[in-house]
Amino acid sequence: MTMLAAAGPVIPNYAAQSSSCEVDNHLFCWRWVAHNWGPVLWPALRQHILLALVAVAIGFVIAMALALAAHRYGALERPTTIVTTTLYTIPGIALFELLAAPVGLNVFSAEIALVSYTLLILFRNILAGLRSVPAEVLDAAEGTGMSRTQTLLRVELPLALPAIVAGLRIAVVTIIALATIVYIIYDRGLGVPIHRALGEGPFKTELIAAGGLAIALALLADGLLVLTQRMLTPWARARAG
Amino acid sequence: MNIADTAHSEGPSAFAQAAELQLRGVSKRYAGQREPAIRDLSFTVPAGEVCVLVGPSGSGKTTAMRLINRMIPISSGEILLGGRSVLERDPRQLRREIGYVIQQIGLFPHQTVGENIATVPHLLGWPKQRIRARVHELLELIGLDAQEMHGRYPAQLSGGQRQRVGVARALAADPPLMLMDEPFGAIDPINRARLQDEFLRLQGQVRKTVVFVTHDIDEAIKMGDRIAILREGGVLAQYDTPREILMRPADDFVAQFVGADRGLKRLALTTLAELKLIEPNGHAEDWLAGDVRPDGVVRVARETSVRDALSALLSAGGRPLAVVDADDRIEGLVTIELVEQLLSDEVASA
Repeated sequence: MTMLAAAGPVIPNYAAQSSSCEVDNHLFCWRWVAHNWGPVLWPALRQHILLALVAVAIGFVIAMALALAAHRYGALERPTTIVTTTLYTIPGIALFELLAAPVGLNVFSAEIALVSYTLLILFRNILAGLRSVPAEVLDAAEGTGMSRTQTLLRVELPLALPAIVAGLRIAVVTIIALATIVYIIYDRGLGVPIHRALGEGPFKTELIAAGGLAIALALLADGLLVLTQRMLTPWARARAG
Repeated sequence: MNIADTAHSEGPSAFAQAAELQLRGVSKRYAGQREPAIRDLSFTVPAGEVCVLVGPSGSGKTTAMRLINRMIPISSGEILLGGRSVLERDPRQLRREIGYVIQQIGLFPHQTVGENIATVPHLLGWPKQRIRARVHELLELIGLDAQEMHGRYPAQLSGGQRQRVGVARALAADPPLMLMDEPFGAIDPINRARLQDEFLRLQGQVRKTVVFVTHDIDEAIKMGDRIAILREGGVLAQYDTPREILMRPADDFVAQFVGADRGLKRLALTTLAELKLIEPNGHAEDWLAGDVRPDGVVRVARETSVRDALSALLSAGGRPLAVVDADDRIEGLVTIELVEQLLSDEVASA
């Protein structure tokens, strides 16, 4: 652990550029943020976005495949649920440690861990969405001569969209939060400045800035998904009136 | 140019005229069940006629309907559409040639009215231009404003509008056969009667072969050119015109199913326009002229069914009614004696 932390970026030298705010350990120093945005915060934020995006993308592809399989072959639902639930219940730190030995301290172990936490959420929501399609709509699809694939692409998936996006929102927010502990095995993301700030004693600006960025990122991603869903499902808001 | 011409000659139609439907010894037996759901069902629906499948629950009427477009596989026997066995066809191709309407309608909630109607033309790969023209034509045909309704979602429609769109979707590729499973079953009685009338008017224009499932004998009598009455276990009890079924029920089951008021129901099959009305002269004219309430003479339209006219006669205390045409000109009079005469004539000619 200590070895890993030591590999992180050098702690900023306050003395060289210190203002009274930094020297007096005020709660939050904008000047510090301005100085450290380029060298520290922005790279960490970028890494964080990439970590989360890759994890959710890969998790989505796997969960979609699992959900489609379970939708078609109902017997697959239970085993898939058991496996993804088990993965979801492993404590984050333990999972990172478990992966470190076989995979190494690298991007792969980080992503494997993050992806495994998306699977249960996404699988459950996609499957629920596919199953929410009313029986009479499926009957009409069959009766008008749609094939199974056409029914899936033209009817089931579009109607499952609200549930799928709901799953994505939970997964994205969860993974953005969880990615702050990736630093344990892989020194990337907002977890790095957060962890360092915790060791910086009374100076709280770095902790607040990096933590605040993680929160803001989660809220922004959630908002973007809400907007995307609104654009993709105009029918969901259409009501008699 | 009227709508019928548009639908037939000008319309971007996919298929030719209505096709004859023949069921030959069709049975359906579900695995693990001793009794078949449909037993040796045989009847022929001539091209362009409405055949109503009617019967109590458990009589397999919906099952019988779904055997035709192979949504339920048949166990034995043969179904011919336009002389060709449906078993030879690819099920999906077959279904695209058979209009399909169900009680719950099953419109695609994420698609606009226009997209819903375009479902089958889209599957058939029609060019966009032709699909657009056809959708507009159908919206006109079902009496919805094309500009206004085209882009709406099903959630924005009333129940009756949804059902009309469901019918338009089924008609989209101009199929030679339509299957309709209790299409008006979920609609309130007033709107149901209106939709029934509308469908009959529409059918007068498009002349499809229609298989129409209902549990309501009154609806069957109103909608059907022929009625197939099924009894429990999927056995055909009688297959005949509504008039024949009402006049000569094949057995006690049919007699009971059509009801004790089948004489009245028969009257519903005839309109005043088909009667030889009493000329408004002599006694009748005096009565009209001398009526204490000159505007109080009950006038009925010539399209009124004899059953409704009888009801009006009874309400009017048995006095004659004036039968008027569309311009409110009196064509003649109808009396209770005339209705009696109709019933006894029918029995005599039977």
